[in-house]
Amino acid sequence: MDELLLPFQYDYMNKAIFAATFIGAVCAMLSSYLMLKGWSLIGDALSHSIVPGVAAAYMIGAPYVFGAFFSGLLASASMGFIKAKTKLREDAIIGLIFTSFFALGLFMVSLSPTSVNVKNIVLGNILGVSDEDIFQMVLIAGISFFILIFTWKDLMVTFFDESHAKTIGINTKFLTILFFTLLSACTIAALQTVGALLVIGLIVTPGATAYLLCDRFGQLMIVSTLIGSITCFFGAYISFFLDGATGGIIILLQTIVFIIAFIFAPKYGLVAAKRKIKQASELLRKTREGAV
Amino acid sequence: MAKFIYNPSLEVNDITVTYNNGHTAIYDASFSLSAGTICALVGVNGSGKSTLFKSIMGFVKPVKGSVTLSGMPVLTALKQNIVSYVPQAEDVDWNFPVLVEDVVMMGRFGHMNFMRIPKKKDKLAVRDALEKVGMTEYSRRQIGELSGGQKKRVFLARSIAQEGQIILLDEPFTGVDVQTELAIMKLLKQMRDEGRLMLVATHNLGSIPDFCDHTVMLNRTILDAGKTADVFTPENLEKTFGGVLRHFTLGGDELHDDDDTRSVRVITDDERPLVLYGNKTQKSAAAKKSSTANKPDADAKITTSKAEAK
Ligand SMILES: Nc1ncnc2c1ncn2[C@@H]1O[C@H](COP(=O)(O)OP(=O)(O)OP(=O)(O)O)[C@@H](O)[C@H]1O
Ligand SMILES: [Mg+2]
Repeated sequence: MDELLLPFQYDYMNKAIFAATFIGAVCAMLSSYLMLKGWSLIGDALSHSIVPGVAAAYMIGAPYVFGAFFSGLLASASMGFIKAKTKLREDAIIGLIFTSFFALGLFMVSLSPTSVNVKNIVLGNILGVSDEDIFQMVLIAGISFFILIFTWKDLMVTFFDESHAKTIGINTKFLTILFFTLLSACTIAALQTVGALLVIGLIVTPGATAYLLCDRFGQLMIVSTLIGSITCFFGAYISFFLDGATGGIIILLQTIVFIIAFIFAPKYGLVAAKRKIKQASELLRKTREGAV
Repeated sequence: MAKFIYNPSLEVNDITVTYNNGHTAIYDASFSLSAGTICALVGVNGSGKSTLFKSIMGFVKPVKGSVTLSGMPVLTALKQNIVSYVPQAEDVDWNFPVLVEDVVMMGRFGHMNFMRIPKKKDKLAVRDALEKVGMTEYSRRQIGELSGGQKKRVFLARSIAQEGQIILLDEPFTGVDVQTELAIMKLLKQMRDEGRLMLVATHNLGSIPDFCDHTVMLNRTILDAGKTADVFTPENLEKTFGGVLRHFTLGGDELHDDDDTRSVRVITDDERPLVLYGNKTQKSAAAKKSSTANKPDADAKITTSKAEAK
C-alpha cells in the first residue's frame, strides 16, 4: 500500500501529475469539437510542425513556446499558400507539410543529440519537465479552461450551424480563430506530457470515445473531459514506476477506454446495436403473429 | 405591434450580387416591406431567390446597393436578435450530438445572457414551438435520426422559438406534408397579426393568394412587387415564369355544354396548381384543395390528361 502512495511523496511527482491531468482535461474539451468537425488531421499537422521550432528554441536558449508558435505559424502559412496556388487536396497538403517540418525537427535534434529536452518534446516525459515549463503548461491550461467555460455553447452553435450562429449575432470568425488559438496553445503545452508523436491522441481520442457514449454535446464534453483527465492522471502516476514512458501509457489507457466504450456503449456500442435490432425484430414478429 | 422595440421593416436598395465565378445572380433589385406582412417571393429555379435571402442576411455581399432591416444595417440587426432565417437546405452536420430540443433551444440563445443558460421561459418557448410543428414526440431524438420533412420542421420550430420580428423562410414547405404545411401557414398568419414581417420563397403558387398579402416576383431582378391582389396576375406570372410553368387552359366547351365561353386556367410551377377561372384568382379553389388534402394529385391529373387530350 505504501508503495502505491510513494509517487505522492515527491513534490515533483505531485506537480507533474497535476499538470498532466489539467492539460489532459483541457485537450479533451477541445477534442469534443475537433473530432466532430473532422479536423483531427489539422491537430496532428500542428503538433508535428512545431518540433523544429522547439528544437531551434532549445538550441538558442529561448522559451520553447515561442519556437513552437513561430514554426506552427510558418507551417499553417505554407499550407495556406500551397492550397491557394495549387489544386492539391487538403489531406495531401497537410501530409506534405507536416512530414517536412517534422523531418526538419528530427534532423535538428540529431545535430545536437545531447539536448535531452528535445527528445522530451518528441516522445514526451512529464517527469523530466522543469518547474518553469510546468508553470507554463498550467497557465495555458488554466486560461484555455476559463475561456472554454464561457464560450462552449457559442462554439457549439458555430460548429454545428454557422449560418444560424451568425443569424443570432455570434461573431463566428472570431470564435473560430479563438478556437484554433486555444488548440495550438494546448497542443504545445501537452507536447511535454505525451510528445509530438502522440499528442494527436489527447486531442482526438477522449472526444471520440465520449461520442460513442453520449448524444448531447454538453454531456459529451463532460465525459470527454473526465476520460482525458483520469487517463492523464493515471498515466503520469504509472510512469513513476515505469520511468519515463508517460506518453505511451496515457494514450494506451485512452485506447483501452475507447475499446470498452466501443463494445459496451449503451446506445452506439456493438452490444447495444445487436440487442436493439434483436428487440425490434422480436417486436415485429410478435405484431405479425398478433395480426394473423 | 407596440411590443417590438424596433418597428419591423425590410428595405432592399438597388442591390446587385455577383458570385466569385463571375455570375451575376441579381441586379438592380429594390423593394421594401413593412410590419405585419407575409410576402411571397416567387421565381424560377436559379432566379436568385436564395441569393436574395443570403444577401439580406449579409452572407453574400452585394457589389452594389444596400439592405436595411428595421432601419439598421444587417450586422447591427443580427446583433439585436430580431431576424430569423431558415435556409433552403440546412448546411449542418447531421451526426452532431444534439437532440431535437437542443437544436430548437439554439433559437433562444439570442434571448439569453452570454453564458447561454436557459430560463423557464426559454424552455417553454422550445416546447411550444415543437408542439406547433407537431414534433413534440421527437424532441429527444438525435437530429440526424429524423426524416427529411421532420428535419425541416425542427428548423422551422427553431425560427419560431427565436421569436424574430423579421422572419425569412427559403422554401419552407418543400418536403413537408400538406397537413404540416397548413398548420405552418396558419401560424405565419398569426405571426403576421402580431406585427411581424415575413418573406417566404415558395413554388406553391396555389397557396400564395391564400396566405401572402404581398408578392415579389423575381427573375434576376425584381419584375414586380406589391400587394398580391395587384401583382399576382396571369400576365405577371407569365413574365416571371415564361415557358417554365405548366399551363393548361380549358375552354368553356370542355367544361360544360352551355354557351359560357369563360375558361379555366390551371397554372403550376409545382405540384399544387393555381386555378384561374375567367381571369380571376380562385382563392376558394386553393382553399378547397387544401381541405381535400388527402388526394392532392387527383384533380391535377384530370386537368393534365384533359389538356393533353386537347
Ligand atoms: N455559390 C455560388 N457560386 C456561384 N454561383 C451561384 C452560387 N449559388 C448560386 N449561384 C447561381 O446563382 C443563381 C441564383 O441561384 P439561387 O440559389 O439564388 O436560385 P433560386 O432562385 O434560389 O433557385 P431555386 O428555386 O432552385 O432554389 C443561379 O444561376 C446559380 O447557379
Ligand atoms: Mg433557392
